[in-house]
Amino acid sequence: MALLAYSIRRILMLIPVLVGMSIIVFSIIRAIPGDPALTILGEKATPQAIADIREALGLNNPWYIQYFDYMKDILSGNLGESLQTNAPISDEIMPYLAATTELTIVSMLIAVFIGVNAGILSAWKQNSWFDYCAMLIALVGVSMPIFWLGLMEQWVFAQELKWLPSVGRDDSRNPVEAITHFYILDTMMAGRWDQLWEVIKHLILPGIALGTIPMAIIARITRSSMLEVMRADYVRTARAKGLTQFWVVYKHALKNAMIPVLTVIGLQTGLLLGGAVLTETIFGWPGVGRYIVTAIGNRDYPVIQSGILVIATIFVLINLLVDLLYAYIDPRIKYR
Amino acid sequence: MKKRVLSATMTSLVALAMLIAGCSSTSTTQAPAEQPKTETPAPATEPAKTGPKQLIVGRGADTKGLDPITQTDGETFKVTENVMDTLIGFADGSTELAPSLAEKWEVTPDGLVYTLKLRSGVKFHDGTDFNAEAVKYNFERWSDKSHPQHSPEGFEYYVSQFGGYKGDATHIIKSVEAVDPTTVKFTLNRPLAPFLANLAMSPFAIGSPEALKKDVKKFNEHPIGTGPFKFVEWKRNDTITLEKNPDYWNPGYPKLDKLVFKVIPENTARLTALASGEIDLMDGLNTDDIPAVKDNKDLQLFLRPTNNIGYIGFNVEKKPLDNPKVREAIAYAINKPEIVTAFFDGVGEPAVNPMPKTMWGHNNDIKDREFNLDKAKQLLAEAGHPNGFKIKFWAMPVPRPYMPEGVKIAEAIQQDLKKIGVDAEIVTMEWATYLEKTRLGEQEMFMLGWTGDNGDPDNFLAVLLDKNNIGSNNYTRWANEEAHQLMMKAQSTPDQAEREKMYKQVQEIIFKDVPMVPLAHSTPALAGKANIIDYNPHPKGSESLEKVDFK
Repeated sequence: MALLAYSIRRILMLIPVLVGMSIIVFSIIRAIPGDPALTILGEKATPQAIADIREALGLNNPWYIQYFDYMKDILSGNLGESLQTNAPISDEIMPYLAATTELTIVSMLIAVFIGVNAGILSAWKQNSWFDYCAMLIALVGVSMPIFWLGLMEQWVFAQELKWLPSVGRDDSRNPVEAITHFYILDTMMAGRWDQLWEVIKHLILPGIALGTIPMAIIARITRSSMLEVMRADYVRTARAKGLTQFWVVYKHALKNAMIPVLTVIGLQTGLLLGGAVLTETIFGWPGVGRYIVTAIGNRDYPVIQSGILVIATIFVLINLLVDLLYAYIDPRIKYR
Repeated sequence: MKKRVLSATMTSLVALAMLIAGCSSTSTTQAPAEQPKTETPAPATEPAKTGPKQLIVGRGADTKGLDPITQTDGETFKVTENVMDTLIGFADGSTELAPSLAEKWEVTPDGLVYTLKLRSGVKFHDGTDFNAEAVKYNFERWSDKSHPQHSPEGFEYYVSQFGGYKGDATHIIKSVEAVDPTTVKFTLNRPLAPFLANLAMSPFAIGSPEALKKDVKKFNEHPIGTGPFKFVEWKRNDTITLEKNPDYWNPGYPKLDKLVFKVIPENTARLTALASGEIDLMDGLNTDDIPAVKDNKDLQLFLRPTNNIGYIGFNVEKKPLDNPKVREAIAYAINKPEIVTAFFDGVGEPAVNPMPKTMWGHNNDIKDREFNLDKAKQLLAEAGHPNGFKIKFWAMPVPRPYMPEGVKIAEAIQQDLKKIGVDAEIVTMEWATYLEKTRLGEQEMFMLGWTGDNGDPDNFLAVLLDKNNIGSNNYTRWANEEAHQLMMKAQSTPDQAEREKMYKQVQEIIFKDVPMVPLAHSTPALAGKANIIDYNPHPKGSESLEKVDFK
């Protein structure tokens, strides 16, 4: 019951957060210099055409009227139309979101699997060579410029070794037919195992590039959290009972050590969803980060607003999920 | 209670860990087992010999929309030129006019009536007939604001090339008549010398009236023309796929079965994709990478004929740049040959005039100022600035074919200007803002450039320096009455020799008054697989790929 009340309270708290977010996004965009009309029309625009388009898009209205119109649409499920393509953003954003989600999931799988295990082993073998090496790699991983890492991956694994493709989501000579826009699902639904293998191959290099930073962070957090837990009384008790080290670590210590790790996983997943622009650019990945950045270059106000709002909403929802998961794991949390 | 929660959590975490481990191990163990079965018949790295002939073209950005009349963006035309034909075309690799949907044409001596003889038997991709009525329909749609398929945002290129819309005092086209199914007659309100060249511009490609009437919005997503390829699919920010039009009017073409445009924003990554065989052709090759392409026997280098100008401009409304002597002094202090050698890697040449040397009407008699700091100092002293002055120098934030490295070029110029006492502070900002602010005239000294659309001098000189284009593309805000009169007169003179004389005169005025220092004409570099044949990059920046084939 307490958990239910807590959940409802947390969900209701989302409303002011989302409204606040929409106001901030809306105002920041208005503060960017430059005229959207000119950017739509391009370098070869005439002043008359620019004036016409400003009028047609309502850019001459006061900002609060523009905001009010915008919110009215959002609440009725209409994210607006892109100025560039004239297409509804709610339709247009789906393939991009799917592409980014697929990449984020793969990156996080890589990051969690390697990060958690490296962290555990480092804690287990504290001050060993493995520990030193893993933490050094984690340090390098956190500070590695994604841009450089991505180009190096492409150069080594695509150009020189020819093991993996360097760009895109699928093989353009044998393209995937999009149904849900999640290509792994789409290829499985169509029974195209050859394409599925291509899609997985295309995910590996960008997945590693994008997963490197969270992997390093997760490894470090897991290690320190494990070290703390392993000093706890109940672990000592477990050891005293004569359990093997493996059993102590993976069965008794890990679940308690996972709470801070879970926070990091939640935060990083949210970050990756919106912040994968560099990876998406280098790997020609048609994701939502590039969608929004392209829109910024084009001064496509509706896309910038709605795109950021969608990403921010997902971010907030992931955090909500993590919070609720805590409350479930550790019942003390919801009384705080 | 607590114990149960904990054990449940524990179990779920173990399950999660196993799931994660399971996922990774299945993907690594299963996949190789499947690989031989599926990969042998169609290796991913090279086009299958027996399968359809596919060409994958890598480029930096996506198309904005596929209804060419609504666009001004080069990335759009790269695609639409393969789907839709214009009435008049350009010869391969040059701006000379050539037949396309119109086989031949006649002009009355007064330059007011153009009669075009159209190809017969041509069909749009939707099976409807191409004829004079279709041409008339397209022009009505573009010119008449009350037409149901006219765009509320207007058609930018139509206005700039044909002087406005129906009913405007400056509108060039008086009427378009379908005389018979294969004859169309254009009557003009006043002569417009570049009229035929304008018709050949990509935005004026002819679309299927039936498709436009059905859904003009959809047309922008799914264009229907008479071109060598049919539109198949657009995955935004990723690929646009076209397939062979088996009924294309030009017999024997296209050679390819499938044409895919793939977006790879990063130039280096695009070259990697080319080297690893994921794509076959790419544009936007970094000049630094030219030697690497030349050294790779699997690749070949293509150079696009020059049709652009990169320049250093002066906002002539701002002090002290309002003084021609000051502008001339700066012109003497810019070491053009050095800059071109250092930054254009052998794919550019120093410019003398604001239009390319290959274009008719270029004034070859003008001898450029030599790099001469003493002369510059002397001119500054004459202008009343013996100790120089401070100035803001706007540098382009993005590479363009006409200006590969804006900030570095600005820094080189800054060093020379320092020697004559001019203290130039380099200013740069985000590209869209840069264009907007320069259009509004906020800059002092700046750099910009232009790529031509149609092979006519008017498209360079008037666009960049006519007083009517202040607030548009005349970023120098130079308003010279004499040059303006000459350019207007040249625009409405049908005789090319006459026009040539006038444009040469205009170039002299520009050279003397120095609203800008033309810096370089570049030849943009492209790279492709070594087995590509018959690819002819066109100077206007995009071309139909109907003739391209593999060896």
